[in-house]
Amino acid sequence: MARADEVVIEIEDAVVSYREDVALRGVSLTVRRGEFVGIIGPNGAGKTTLLTLVNGLGRLLSGRVRVLGKPLAPRNAHHIRTRVGYVAQVQDIDPRMPITVREVVMIGRYGRLGPFHRPTQADRDVVERMIELVGMSPLADRPIGHLSGGEQQRTAIARALAQEPDIFLLDEPTAFLDWRAQREILDLVQEIHRRQRLTTLFVTHDLNALPRCDRVVLMKDGLIQGEGRAGAVLRNEVLSELYGTPITLIEHAGRQVVLS
Amino acid sequence: MQNAILAAFLGGVACSTVGVFVVMMRISFIGVCLSHAAFAGALLGALVGFNPVVGAFAFSLLAAAVIGPLADRGEFNPDTAIGILFSLMLGLAFLFMGLMPGPRTQALGLLWGSILTVTNADLILLAVVCASVVALVVLFFKEIQAVTFHREVAMAVGIPASAIFYALLFLTGATITASFRTIGGLLIFSLIINPAAAAYQLTYSMKRLFCLSALFGVLSGWLGLLISYLFNIPSGAVIIVVSTLIFAVATIFSPKRKVKGLSNVGTGFSSAAD
Repeated sequence: MARADEVVIEIEDAVVSYREDVALRGVSLTVRRGEFVGIIGPNGAGKTTLLTLVNGLGRLLSGRVRVLGKPLAPRNAHHIRTRVGYVAQVQDIDPRMPITVREVVMIGRYGRLGPFHRPTQADRDVVERMIELVGMSPLADRPIGHLSGGEQQRTAIARALAQEPDIFLLDEPTAFLDWRAQREILDLVQEIHRRQRLTTLFVTHDLNALPRCDRVVLMKDGLIQGEGRAGAVLRNEVLSELYGTPITLIEHAGRQVVLS
Repeated sequence: MQNAILAAFLGGVACSTVGVFVVMMRISFIGVCLSHAAFAGALLGALVGFNPVVGAFAFSLLAAAVIGPLADRGEFNPDTAIGILFSLMLGLAFLFMGLMPGPRTQALGLLWGSILTVTNADLILLAVVCASVVALVVLFFKEIQAVTFHREVAMAVGIPASAIFYALLFLTGATITASFRTIGGLLIFSLIINPAAAAYQLTYSMKRLFCLSALFGVLSGWLGLLISYLFNIPSGAVIIVVSTLIFAVATIFSPKRKVKGLSNVGTGFSSAAD
């Protein structure tokens, strides 16, 4: 059984570049099992690139990445990805796309199953459980393209959880959603972490869309500018400096609200 | 005539099955480019004196090998790159045709196809490719479903999505190569896209999508042959017109036309509509 304080993500001095642009210029980050880490910063800070290092989609120019105790290399990236759930922003899906919610969630099992293996009853049970968990049971047979953005994100979360992952990555999952859907997705993510203690990395530029985190990492210009417990980091002067614009945090109904 | 009926069946099933990939992944333009590459390759074969099938296969694979990474990396707008490659292939085709001495019957045959004079060798090739396409779809259905739904999602769950994507391009190239002699280089693409596009209007199940698409493909081929036989007109052209008509009818009667009017009522989780 995995130890509670086991290091599951270890990034050392990572440099990543896309053509001329350097997306990460020497970033180091260690994440332990069960942690909920928020990664915030302005657009173009390298937050998404940092996430893609964890599931082996990003290409490392120099530095070292170890995920779940193994050095990440193109050779084992597929295997590691089967153990890392990933949810991106709501996607633009053709309403006529011939695939149902249940089938989309089942895709989460496909990587683990590998080629030539058909889903078993156990796989179907996991899928139903995850659909239930995100509250999508009434819509399980609907074509995915017919759903609202919030419902599509619930489906994406169920799909990622159907992988029964060791690490859960969320990249601006509430972008483009309306207020209610945003709140529901954030509550859902928090509830999942509370129940499963799943190691979670949550990226957002929008501070109002940041769930309660164990730790917050501040990113800007391809570097980690600072990190610490939410209470220590989420302060007016720190955030104003990070975003380059005056930011005021206020407490309202037990939640921090950001004004800029 | 028996050979023609069999060729229409095999070509119809193979083309309309790869058509499902093309339509689902919205890469029609890549498909057009591949079929014109095959056409140019076949003409080069006819010009220089090697088997046009070999030329077509080599060119369509080459085009797929160029397009795949372009579409993959997003280095620059793939539409632009495919447009350039497409016009190059068309230009090469006409260049090779222009260089041919004497009457260009073989070239015109490749352009329009000649399902009525299909040879046993053509039939065997068609049968092999058709069987391979169907077998691979059955064997890799779940991977194909994931990749055609969303390539990034497929990759993120640990499916070798790039390999599958390239395999699908390769299969499309092979199918085009095997069937262009019967259907014709210029017309083959309609037989790839029309049946799949028609089926796409009618179902929300991917399994049914494959079956309906194959059904429409074969129906287009057989109806086209019948009409061309009755009125003594070019079969390739009639097959395309029939497949387009099937698409038009499917679109008119599509239950998906009402999609826009759907509301997410009674879910308890739907976000408020804008």
